[in-house]
Amino acid sequence: MSHLDALERTSIHILREAYANFKSLCMLWSIGKDSTVLLWLARKAFFGHVPFPLVHIDTSFKIPEMVEYRDRLTREWRLTMIVGRNEEALKAKRSFPDGTLERIACCRALKTDALTATLAGRGRMIYNHETGRYEPERDPVPFTGVIAGIRADEEGSRSKERYFSPRGPASEWRVGDQPPEFWEQFKTEFAPGTHVRIHPLLDWSEINIWEYIAREKIPTVSLYYNQGNGMRYRSLGCWPCTFPISSMSRTPGEIVEELRSGALSRIAERSGRAQDKDDDGGLETLRREGYM
Amino acid sequence: MDAAPLRLVVAGHVDHGKSTLVGRLLADTHALPEGKVEAIRAYCDRNAKPFEYAFLLDALRDERSQGITIESARIHFRSATRRYVILDAPGHIEFLRNMVTGAARADAAILVIDAVEGMRENSRRHGWLLSFLGVPQIVVAVNKMDLVGYDAAVFERIAEECRRFLEQVSVAAAAFVPVSAMRGDNLVRRSETMPWCAGPTLLEVLERFEANVSATGGPFRMPVQDIYRFSRHGDPRRIVAGTVLSGSLSPGDEVVFYPSNKRSFVASLEAFPGPAPERYGAGDAAGFTMTEQIYITRGELAAKAGERPPVVADRFRAEIFWLGRAPLEVGREYLLKIGTARCPMQTERIVRRLDAAVLEVKEGGNAVERNEAAECEVRTARPIAFDVVGVDERTSRFVIVDDFDICGGGVIREAMSGETSHPYRQVMARNYHWAAGRIDRDLRAERHGHRPHLVIVTGAKDAGKKAVARELESRLFAEGRLVFFMGIANLLYGMDADIKDMPGTRDEHMRRLGELANILLEAGHILIVTAIGLTDADRALIERSVPGDQIFVVWIGEEVPGAAGADLCFSAHVAREIAVGRIVEVLRDRGILFS
Repeated sequence: MSHLDALERTSIHILREAYANFKSLCMLWSIGKDSTVLLWLARKAFFGHVPFPLVHIDTSFKIPEMVEYRDRLTREWRLTMIVGRNEEALKAKRSFPDGTLERIACCRALKTDALTATLAGRGRMIYNHETGRYEPERDPVPFTGVIAGIRADEEGSRSKERYFSPRGPASEWRVGDQPPEFWEQFKTEFAPGTHVRIHPLLDWSEINIWEYIAREKIPTVSLYYNQGNGMRYRSLGCWPCTFPISSMSRTPGEIVEELRSGALSRIAERSGRAQDKDDDGGLETLRREGYM
Repeated sequence: MDAAPLRLVVAGHVDHGKSTLVGRLLADTHALPEGKVEAIRAYCDRNAKPFEYAFLLDALRDERSQGITIESARIHFRSATRRYVILDAPGHIEFLRNMVTGAARADAAILVIDAVEGMRENSRRHGWLLSFLGVPQIVVAVNKMDLVGYDAAVFERIAEECRRFLEQVSVAAAAFVPVSAMRGDNLVRRSETMPWCAGPTLLEVLERFEANVSATGGPFRMPVQDIYRFSRHGDPRRIVAGTVLSGSLSPGDEVVFYPSNKRSFVASLEAFPGPAPERYGAGDAAGFTMTEQIYITRGELAAKAGERPPVVADRFRAEIFWLGRAPLEVGREYLLKIGTARCPMQTERIVRRLDAAVLEVKEGGNAVERNEAAECEVRTARPIAFDVVGVDERTSRFVIVDDFDICGGGVIREAMSGETSHPYRQVMARNYHWAAGRIDRDLRAERHGHRPHLVIVTGAKDAGKKAVARELESRLFAEGRLVFFMGIANLLYGMDADIKDMPGTRDEHMRRLGELANILLEAGHILIVTAIGLTDADRALIERSVPGDQIFVVWIGEEVPGAAGADLCFSAHVAREIAVGRIVEVLRDRGILFS
């Protein structure tokens, strides 16, 4: 069995365990390459279906192509799509682009707080396939199982995650006190008010993700590819804090080459993500508070 | 394509040099960012500290933004031929549960032993655990050889002591390598300091280890993860899904599910986006449809007819390792998870406790403490399917959940005599010979607007049980459901007439009730029965015939000790409309009644 096959098989196993064990389950979809691979794996796991809602936390500062791509796939694959925003902060203009918050505090307000509220069932908008519009979700139920596409090799704090990592009532993560996980038995029991984050891509590397996108021909947002101006995004986020890199890669295959032996082989993946640099350890702090 | 990295864990007693060994491996395989070693050296000089490679790990951990290859809990390096990833890097919060988590998915382990101190408590405990968890490849590094003058005799003595210990726990180390992590002797670079050592360096041993080792032989085993039917999305297929542990499956194969013993033939293999392969083998995330629409659920272990079947039993002897904060107590109820099955369990007896650190055996006792191992006799609330260790490791392993967390693991050594009680063997035979029609349960459920269910209205005598039961039947009937109320007398004077007045026949009464209920449930009914003071034991007997998740118990009147856990309780002579309203609400919430 090839390495990619082994990774795929473990991820599918985890997705099926999540679906069997969590009645109120959702999958976070950031529109990025990782969570799009995850979405593809879900369709494999469930034989062409995605039997739980996808959740996108929209900071309102996402690059426009990302939102277009999200809604196109939602229609084409008949996805149950839920969008959550921190409307309060956006109305009050509390954000980094508005000049009222530092980057990390902006992540906290527009991502962590929005995510916590959305998971708890507040302020959810759901895509109506009849009208093609987002409308408030009727009778939202808190999610107790949350699938996320994080990888251990992305940055330090993520490597401490389990496949099934418990979160406390306020989404907090007690990183030093996690139960063991072995023999493909996971944490599927949880106290009322808590939830479990599920990480099927934990063992994948950035190269694996691109090899898999190339192999499976997974549709990904065009921002990842050089469109002729010698620039592309390596990691996607909000436009004020995410910057393209110089790269000639036009296809997933070329990206794999570039990562393996080319200019990017010694540069961190999230080097174009400004919030990582603002505060040493800031991401771990955010993760402990419930950040993706 | 990127080859699989070798997943490694580094085990051993505290201060035997695990972090130093990892630091040195990173330095000597050039896995470190440029200038890193020099920077740490300069730092140590400034602070008048002796330089230690272990500091590298701490320093790297602080460099979150560097993030090229370094993570805090996993460390990557590569040799000329392949990648390595160290899971649960030493020094990172050294909890045994982290080490267990890492070791259980590792391809190989390095057991580090100090040449000065020899085998110590955690050398043995970790050695035992590596064996218990099933780490397939182990190498022993006898470290700090510089401190014993690179003496061959010291190395031989420790290697021999270690070999004897590992033999006791059924582990054969691939090699024993004398090293000095501090000086880099025999890690990556062969050292002239030990000309007597003709064996490989540590890295050479690692290079020979295999990544993704998995046993592929043996009979077909697949714990059923789920049965999918996405009819809402216009997909009529009913797909049995799971990950194949061993053996292979092709269309036409006869599949037998344990513990139910139900069987069918494989109609098709399924895959997305397709086409499906001609066969599914070990490691595959599989899916298949069946020719006969038998009713099975998650938790069954799929095997193939004509191959060695798994064992089905509700009592067995197991070796257990406990990690819970509170001890594992005899007689207390826990949740057992094996494959995809979950089932209440209790430890009936602790045969002996094993201090894994000294392999010292202590007889009996009433509890297994944290980080202790024990041989126990376990009873599960229902029969479960497994293989025993030595025959098939992967299907012999279970975990124990206490207070929502996995707190221990176990391997089953043997089923115990009287393993499968007589009534259950009858159920297995019934299931094996069950002839199904073409209509599956889901189709019936769609037509009737509900899933089949057994509702037992029980409680004190004259508490108003029958009134509630009849009202429930009327209400559901009015909603158009397929529902039937059956007074227990109907059974007693009919089907049970032959044993009605015989003493000691309560079990048989329950079995017959269960079998009748099973047939009506297969036919798609909601069956409502009343019974006086249903006990846990009664419920367990009925659950042999009817799966527990299709039973709903309503208790009316004061609850008594030993009463079967009720899904709903009402006081005696509750207004029947109120009781029925509430029952219908809960059945709806649970997805038994469709809206």
